[in-house]
Amino acid sequence: MQITLEHTNSSAIAREMVRARLASGSPAMDVVLTLIVVCDDDTVEAALHSATTLAREHPARVIGVILGKGTGSPDLHAKIRVGSEGSGESILLRMSGRLIKHAESAVLPLLLPDSPVVVWWPGSPPSDPASDPIGALGNRRLTDAEAASQPVRNLTRVAKHYTPGDTDLSWTRLTPWRALLAAALDQVQSPVTGGSISAGSGNPAGVLLEAWLQSRLKVPITWHRVDQDQIMLVTLQTKAGEVRVERASENSCTFSVPGSAPRTVPLTRRTLAELLAEDLRRLDADQIYGATVKHMLENR
Amino acid sequence: MITNPLRDPQDRRLPQIAGPCGLVLFGVTGDLAKRKLIPAIYDLANRGLLPPGFALVGFARHDFGREGFAKLAKDAAKAGARTPWRETVWKQLYAGVRFVEGSFDDDAAWEELGTTLAELDESQGTQGNHAFYLSIPPALFATVVNKLKQHGLAAADGDSWRRVVIEKPFGHDLASAQKLNETVAEVFPPGSVFRIDHYLGKETVQNILAFRFANGMFEPVWNSNYVDHVQITMAEDIGIGTRAGYYDGIGAARDVIQNHLLQLMALIAMEEPVSFNAKSLRIEKQKILANARPPARMDLHTSNAQYTEGWAGGEEVEGYLQEEGIPADSTTETFAALRIDIGTRRWAGVPFYLRVGKRLGRRVTEVAVVFKRAPHQPFNRNDVEELGQNALVMRIQPDEGVTLRFGAKVPGTVMEIRDVNMDFAYGGTFVESSPEAYERLILDVLLGDPPLFPRHEEVEMSWQILDPVIEYWAHQKTVDTYPAGTWGPESADKMLERDGRRWRRP
Repeated sequence: MQITLEHTNSSAIAREMVRARLASGSPAMDVVLTLIVVCDDDTVEAALHSATTLAREHPARVIGVILGKGTGSPDLHAKIRVGSEGSGESILLRMSGRLIKHAESAVLPLLLPDSPVVVWWPGSPPSDPASDPIGALGNRRLTDAEAASQPVRNLTRVAKHYTPGDTDLSWTRLTPWRALLAAALDQVQSPVTGGSISAGSGNPAGVLLEAWLQSRLKVPITWHRVDQDQIMLVTLQTKAGEVRVERASENSCTFSVPGSAPRTVPLTRRTLAELLAEDLRRLDADQIYGATVKHMLENR
Repeated sequence: MITNPLRDPQDRRLPQIAGPCGLVLFGVTGDLAKRKLIPAIYDLANRGLLPPGFALVGFARHDFGREGFAKLAKDAAKAGARTPWRETVWKQLYAGVRFVEGSFDDDAAWEELGTTLAELDESQGTQGNHAFYLSIPPALFATVVNKLKQHGLAAADGDSWRRVVIEKPFGHDLASAQKLNETVAEVFPPGSVFRIDHYLGKETVQNILAFRFANGMFEPVWNSNYVDHVQITMAEDIGIGTRAGYYDGIGAARDVIQNHLLQLMALIAMEEPVSFNAKSLRIEKQKILANARPPARMDLHTSNAQYTEGWAGGEEVEGYLQEEGIPADSTTETFAALRIDIGTRRWAGVPFYLRVGKRLGRRVTEVAVVFKRAPHQPFNRNDVEELGQNALVMRIQPDEGVTLRFGAKVPGTVMEIRDVNMDFAYGGTFVESSPEAYERLILDVLLGDPPLFPRHEEVEMSWQILDPVIEYWAHQKTVDTYPAGTWGPESADKMLERDGRRWRRP
């Protein structure tokens, strides 16, 4: 069910949502969290699509916030969707005029009672997400350095203001690599003496991987610049021999550890919705990410 | 063993991957292997939870060779997998697929299995870690485990491990269960034997533990001061189908009560374990099973019956005795109900009613904790006429979730109180992410993490509870019946009426 409200306010929106829920025949609320998506007219469609796909794993009240022109009298338009295409419900808020400086005032009454709030900036994030008025509503704040024009710079800029609860999606993109490297060391059981990463210099995930490996292994990691954007190869030197994980194609890599023959294992690029789903599985702060960005800033 | 510097308990994004290992599957052409086990292995691989060099060895008396077995596995995985199909994941699995042809008494085949495992340790890096999954009839267990021992496959050297996985039924009475256990125990130490009760791998069953022990508001009323009685129901709407050969002579009590229902009862009734490791859980479950008593008067507090022809769910169906492969004079029960009392301070005077059956009203498994009525009602009797007893229902399957049933005022000018439901639906709150029970259990076998697997002591205690009941039923002269598609025989209703209670309609 879709409802459009023009020149409205938050209490009218909330009232319509309850009415729509009753009308759809399922007054029970299954949603477990509020996901606020701060976007603009260009990114809104793709972002809300990912958020709705995501709602299949984590039923959420998705609140899209579009901040329009700051001039003119304050105005609020809302589009509500309840109970069709998957679980969860969504509200798209379009704000303009002086209201955009007080956007949180329109969002606050629409948050689910007591449930966690996640704020996601699919485009360029504010430099200090936790102090941003909308960011301050969230327990978790998700930025995406890769969506900005200078990803690594963007990552470090946001990392300087790291507050527990922040994570960047480039860290989430790194999980499969980290899982493979951890699995390799499960097998090798020998001290690591050094390592290397081959990746494009502008790859924020590569920068995080370097910092993570250094902080965990306490050994120097050298960086080989390659033309591709992606991480292409990671090696770890151990007393028993070399661990080598090398990208072989878009969705696989070659995995070799000392003592057994190289093998091809899957390494797929995941969709935005899959990345978000991983992030929302845990709604507390990611301490390992905190330690990694701290290490990254100290060593750059 | 050095700790892996890349792992950290706080790093919960990294999946817990099984170490280097392989799985040897006996009974590859069986229904279970094709419908559940192979798809679960693919799903685990797809979720990145299997080690990069995982090996899957099939052993069967078929000449389909490695390619034939790989094709069977691929088809089964494609048909049954829960997660999306990815060719790269299959290719990774395929590299570790092997097949050994032979019958269980063919020594050459066992030698070949040994060579295959050694070759896998070399090429796939399985490091001598292998689990043997016996997806075969229990009558063959002895042959297989003895052959494993005879050919030196059951023992591992150094840090590596060998494990054996067996499926229910774990015997058909106490004596046979003990005999089965002796056979396996001669070859494998208790810690290496994994008895799979797939019910215990279900998320909703594990949620019983989370529900009871992670929350503060339920435990205070979880005792005989507040609980009137507990009903545990496992109903199926289907008949025996193609399982006639297995089912006849076994019956509902042996098939389901001995394992699933008594385990559910133990989880509902047990005290809080001091931790969630396998040993602490087992200690608490065993205390309950050791103190659970079958009824003193079997004639009053048990019920057994067979379904007769009738209409079930809009279809005309045959009675049990008319089903194909069932002898006309069979006395096997398709419905079983009994009262169990648990002799502990917490549960004294709180009966647990267990019932199970085929061709009942609908397919449902649930545990209902029914509370005592409020000791005093300030409302007059007319007002609360429609108020039942409060109940907390754990819906195990389908439509997994929790229901709380309590009274609420009917809107209007008069005070009238009626029962209402408050629902939590698992499917609505944590969609799609919940893995199949077999995924969880196979991964636990490979990780060597046994909290969800019953040990032989539990199996034997369960038989001790059930044996006298089954023996009493064996001496009955007539078999009670119930029409297909109903909620069981009248004797089951009478059994609760005697105690002043009635069955819920689930």
